[in-house]
Amino acid sequence: MTTALLQTEDVTKVYKISTGIFKGKQSLTAANGINLDVNEGEVMGLVGESGCGKSTVAKIILGLEKATSGNVIFAGAPIAGMDRQEMSRRIQPIFQDPYSSLNPRKSIEAIVSLPYRVHKVGDKRAMQVRVAEILETVGLPARMRYSYPNQLSGGQRQRVAIARALMMSPELVICDEPTSALDVSVQSQILNLLLDLQEQQGLTYLVITHNLCVVEHIATRVAVMYLGRIVEEAETKALFANPRHPYTHALLASVLTPEPQLGLPETHLGIAYPNPIDPPSGCTFHPRCPQATDVCKQARPETRVEAGHLVECHHPH
Amino acid sequence: MNALLEVKGLHVDIPLEAGVLHAVRNVDIAVERGKTLALVGESGCGKSLSVLSIMDLLPSKAAWTADSIFFDGQNLEQVTAGQMADIRGSKIAMIFQEPMTSLNPCYTIGNQLEEALLRHKSVSRQAAQDRAVFLLEKVGITAATSRLKQYPHQLSGGLRQRVMIAMGLMCDPPLIIADEPTTALDVTIQAQILALLASIQEEFDMGMILITHDLGVVARIADTVNIMYCGQVVESGEANDLFETPLHPYTQGLLRCIPIPGKTNPGSHLGSIPGMVPTPIGDQTGCVFQNRCDYVFAGCMTTAVEQTAVASGRTYRCLLSPEKCKKNIKQA
Repeated sequence: MTTALLQTEDVTKVYKISTGIFKGKQSLTAANGINLDVNEGEVMGLVGESGCGKSTVAKIILGLEKATSGNVIFAGAPIAGMDRQEMSRRIQPIFQDPYSSLNPRKSIEAIVSLPYRVHKVGDKRAMQVRVAEILETVGLPARMRYSYPNQLSGGQRQRVAIARALMMSPELVICDEPTSALDVSVQSQILNLLLDLQEQQGLTYLVITHNLCVVEHIATRVAVMYLGRIVEEAETKALFANPRHPYTHALLASVLTPEPQLGLPETHLGIAYPNPIDPPSGCTFHPRCPQATDVCKQARPETRVEAGHLVECHHPH
Repeated sequence: MNALLEVKGLHVDIPLEAGVLHAVRNVDIAVERGKTLALVGESGCGKSLSVLSIMDLLPSKAAWTADSIFFDGQNLEQVTAGQMADIRGSKIAMIFQEPMTSLNPCYTIGNQLEEALLRHKSVSRQAAQDRAVFLLEKVGITAATSRLKQYPHQLSGGLRQRVMIAMGLMCDPPLIIADEPTTALDVTIQAQILALLASIQEEFDMGMILITHDLGVVARIADTVNIMYCGQVVESGEANDLFETPLHPYTQGLLRCIPIPGKTNPGSHLGSIPGMVPTPIGDQTGCVFQNRCDYVFAGCMTTAVEQTAVASGRTYRCLLSPEKCKKNIKQA
């Protein structure tokens, strides 16, 4: 068994939300006891609808938010006690929208070399050599170092964001919706690049996305989140071949592939995503679940693990 | 059958300092009642500008010309601005992409829904309100009467998009234009909204133009498809046929780019289209796709490529013969 590079132990994040001047604050549980193991060299996919807490988990791992309770352990040590600079060298993010994640007033060289300057690794010459090297790795022409983000296309910008993330050779890269702002032909280029880099540099990815086609293609393991909980987790193949949670079923059924003979799927999910301030009783998925019974309304389902396939449901398939 | 909307030879030009930007070049659009036409292409290919010019809603700098443009037997080139305002919303409705920004945050849902009907038809406020409630229920919103008093920020993205759809249907338009109606939504909601659009379209026998870049959506909902690239329609035809045997190298390339669970090999290299879209400023010689095409030859640089019909309603814009194009699918 390979060692876990990243482990989250019962990570919970509760936000205090103001509901009005005289009403006081209510709590919103964005992540509710997240246990996630990401092994070295693995690509872990984290999927779920907007508002399910997947970005909150990413922020906690990056150290941008503090978990209310629980620990994040990176390479054997809790990140809470880790030096910020040290952490930022080893864990790097790639964000969704390359149009807003790059500073429009800085040249590409300045953007890409920022991590290098923050960590004070070498002199200017060494930095320039490294910038040239990393731009070549992500497939950008060397002359682009003098360009500004507005001169670049969406795909090129995302390559710059990837170059910046890889500048200090991190161990874990957190990709938050890396391709959803891009056109299809560009999306495939970026996915190819991410896969190549992972192979060459032995990177570990945590890919957060709502696009199941992308997850199926690049992830080795997939965790499905619903309302702050991981409801199913398994090897990608096992999950796609044999989804056990009804929510995963519905998600997989909603994937629209270019196959005109199939027509539109019927997911049987009600429209309303529950209000996370006031989550449903029992299994939080029961109001939308086509198979819900009385047990689901009353008791929270326990986590069952069978042969590495985790599922949290009273009536799994 | 007579088309509900028939546009021939549509051009949209935007004069810029660097020269004239030909955003849309010689595009034909035809939609029948009860059918869905999908305009597909990457950002900047002119799909949105094409429909905006039909609605006469182009930005003031841009100008459109067309050989002919007929809607429901009416020549849209000859209508005045006032007549066009009567058509917009009542005969042709539009559902915009971003439900977050296309609703006015200062007015209630009810206000915004009723406005269209009160503007176009002489009905009482009560009748308009009844119609709004009826349509909100139709698009699957519960407790519709109380929703009328809510403001857009009180609704989720999926609900707002449903409100947008209901708003489009207020005047019972024969043609509805949906510009990326599901792009901002979650996958599970996307499937529901598309199913909803399809059922409403059938029920009210509307024509629909669907603009999207998502080939998965197109394949499942469209009857006919126009693939657009750099302002031109490079391929068009019946959806089944087009996805079965894509002829143009661009369409073939696009389909290879998409990972399909169960079909593409996980972790393998996806197909990609190298290079970038050429700038649409100034005149183009030869094929627009020449710099990214795998099968490019000398003729592509010089010959202006015309739309060629292979069968009725099935066209493509490439110098290679259909047989050669079909062979290319197998090779890939």
